[in-house]
Amino acid sequence: MAQLIGEGIGRVDGPAKVSGRALYVDDLHVPGCYYGATVRSTHAHALIRGITLNLDYDWSDVIVVTSVDIPGENVIALMTDDQPALAEQVVRHVTEPIALVAAPTREKALEAARNVRIEYQPLPAIIDMARSRGEEPRIFGNDNVFKKLELRLGDVKAVTGGVLIEGEYEVGHQEQLYIEPQGVLAVPREDGGVTIIGSLQCPYYVVKALIRVLGHDKLNVVQAATGGGFGGKEEYPSMLSAHAALLATRAGRPVKMVYRRDEDLRATTKRHPARVKLSTRVDESGRLLSLDADVLMDGGAYNTLSPVVISRAALHVSGPYRWETAHVRAAVVATHTPPNGAFRGFGAPQAMFAVERHLDKIARTLSIDPVELRRMNLLREGDLTVTGQVVKAPGGLLALDAALAAADESPLPPLSPIPGGGGDAARRLPGRGVSVVFHGCGFTGNGEAKIKSKVILELQGERIRVLTGSTDIGQGTDTIFPQLVASVLDIPLSWVEMAPHDTALVPDSGPTVASRTAMVVGGVVDAAARKLHAALQVEARRSAPFAELARARRARGPLRVEHQHQPDPSLRWDDERYIGDAYPTYAWMATVVDLAVDIDTGEVTYRRLITATDIGRALNPVLASGQIEGGALQALGWATFEEVVTDGKGLMLNDRLTNYIIPTAADAPEMVTLLIENPYEGGPFGAKGLGEIPMDGPAAAVAQAIEAATGAVLNRLPMTPERVLEATP
Amino acid sequence: MKLSFVVNGQPREAEVRPMARLLDVLREDLRLTGAKEGCGEGECGACTVLLDGQSACACLVPAVQAQGATVLTVEGLGDDPRLARLQEGFVRCGAAQCGICTPGFLMTAAELCQKGQVLSRAEVRDAVAGNLCRCTGYQKIIDAVEEALCADQPR
Repeated sequence: MAQLIGEGIGRVDGPAKVSGRALYVDDLHVPGCYYGATVRSTHAHALIRGITLNLDYDWSDVIVVTSVDIPGENVIALMTDDQPALAEQVVRHVTEPIALVAAPTREKALEAARNVRIEYQPLPAIIDMARSRGEEPRIFGNDNVFKKLELRLGDVKAVTGGVLIEGEYEVGHQEQLYIEPQGVLAVPREDGGVTIIGSLQCPYYVVKALIRVLGHDKLNVVQAATGGGFGGKEEYPSMLSAHAALLATRAGRPVKMVYRRDEDLRATTKRHPARVKLSTRVDESGRLLSLDADVLMDGGAYNTLSPVVISRAALHVSGPYRWETAHVRAAVVATHTPPNGAFRGFGAPQAMFAVERHLDKIARTLSIDPVELRRMNLLREGDLTVTGQVVKAPGGLLALDAALAAADESPLPPLSPIPGGGGDAARRLPGRGVSVVFHGCGFTGNGEAKIKSKVILELQGERIRVLTGSTDIGQGTDTIFPQLVASVLDIPLSWVEMAPHDTALVPDSGPTVASRTAMVVGGVVDAAARKLHAALQVEARRSAPFAELARARRARGPLRVEHQHQPDPSLRWDDERYIGDAYPTYAWMATVVDLAVDIDTGEVTYRRLITATDIGRALNPVLASGQIEGGALQALGWATFEEVVTDGKGLMLNDRLTNYIIPTAADAPEMVTLLIENPYEGGPFGAKGLGEIPMDGPAAAVAQAIEAATGAVLNRLPMTPERVLEATP
Repeated sequence: MKLSFVVNGQPREAEVRPMARLLDVLREDLRLTGAKEGCGEGECGACTVLLDGQSACACLVPAVQAQGATVLTVEGLGDDPRLARLQEGFVRCGAAQCGICTPGFLMTAAELCQKGQVLSRAEVRDAVAGNLCRCTGYQKIIDAVEEALCADQPR
């Protein structure tokens, strides 16, 4: 039997996806289905004085739902209960949902929504995060702070020597821009309940939210083929599912809600904007003596997942470096703007853009090579992170050396001529930039112990079904889980299949987030497979290969085993003081980017992107490198293209693909993707998480490369041509 | 109004509203949901089909414009062995992740294959730049398209 681990086998859902057979939510045809639309706030902060229907409009086949029609509680349950499903007396951000309509066609639903009149009494609003904390009006709690935290390593105040170097770094919103907009289909069940079929990452989040909104638990959530998520379909689908379920329950018929792109861009969550101030002391050789960091993030109007985002930012603002002392203060505040939420990297990209740019500033100030400065300070075996975690088997140096060697060895593609620019290469200046980052894999601290991820394996004849709530949103877990089971049991891959991701069937394996699915849930799958083999041996009262025992019991009924994640008991974490083992392990990544800057326009052309990533073990190298390449291009988009432009009320103005620009194939560089195998004993076959780390490092490498090319020092994302020109000396 | 055209080699008819888009007719009337709507304004290319052999965003084509035309969608690709190889290459190379953009990319690539052009890697990038993908970073898509075009060259 071929060892399947490390094989780049094609994704199991590949044939369906290349033939048009894969069914996404908008592809589902349901007879008698109505289409839903949402009436949204046009004010950042206002009292709702009245909701009225235009009586000249034909409402005969339209269902209307407002907050008074909610049978359960008007709340989208997540971390706190602050966000309503539909605004009642107050709206707290533009695009906040106020009313829902459903009609026999999409056109009619959109038209009906325009005929719902909302009367507002505008109130003062906070749009700027810098003017939120402790200010009026109050949006959340006593001080408009969703979460603040502080961590210390040693005493930064005691460090007075060396050179004081300070810097301030800023990043804006970023849109996930999954190519399939958010969409959900709600179908009433015969028992009075409802089935949700949706484009989503976390089916059990939706279950938890709907139980509260509907006031009953007669519901199941099914993941349809999902056209990208990147965090954007972590928590928002709970809102959309609640809306569709309310309409379907009211209408007594299926209701489909699929957002148009402009609505999706204006209304759904984005990456948190952040401002990071760093004050550091460094000795003249470049040794990092003290880090004083102040991280501020804009959470928007509701809490969503902001407390965890700010936590990850605080835990990554040190970068993958050894600081002798550190003091990190981080806060995420409320504003009257659409809530921000999960997006690949989850706070870490913002924090590490800042610290990587700051290392460049240190290098510049001390006239040290920026790569050597990194090499000198990278965390080594036995060093302490800023939470006092002892570093084990770090991969930073491995990654850096591998990436630099590849940069020397692999050819740099020639610069293509500027279209219509006469091909004058002299008008473009080449530059190279290097960054190094790390990313904590899995949930922070005690998170995994609380989640208790479960997986069930079911053997029937020569077929094993894997039952898990972890979803495949393109990253390929529906392929690597069967690879794991088949490898552990030494059976053909064709024996193993995934059960539908339907909460009526599958257990809660925790959310599909946080670079945890392959490492944590994959580990549970691995252990469950071993448990299944053991159960078979007990049943047969003999030791034998799994396949032999399975064949021998072919005629008998199904055998099920369930396994639950067992966190490493040696991990220690103090959630009050932020001390201890912040993550079970870390992935590490070095980036080398080569680009050219047009000195007339400031435009950046990417030539080549080399990444070297310590992912523990590549379970499927084709899928793993695909994750890294896709994440890295999202980071390049964030670096130079992607800017969310808002008006004075926080409304996104560039709400189309014509003006929110993501990279095309012509914008993307050739990529050299090196997977470094530095096994982690706690992961299946040594695997660590890898989904998010590619988002963390490239933007800072681009900034360094632009600086190398032009002398422009940019500390704010995105580095648009205008900003590059303005900063060029 | 009645629309008659050939879709994936089969003569088809549909009763369509005057302003219906080709994408709506394919997806809703013919239940060919392979072409996806990502933006509705011709930017993302997820709805790309071949209209008389030319790639077109079906969200921008008035259905009436397809009167008498030949339309190829992703559902019809596998009928041509050469294009079936293109599909297989997309899976093997890892060119499809979430898969929502995949039908559009395949149709753009199918047009390149059918035209039999010899393209450099940079030219392949330009040729598929009308299709957006957010998952792959394009590297493996370019690999798969380049491989399909090379396989088509006489040896």
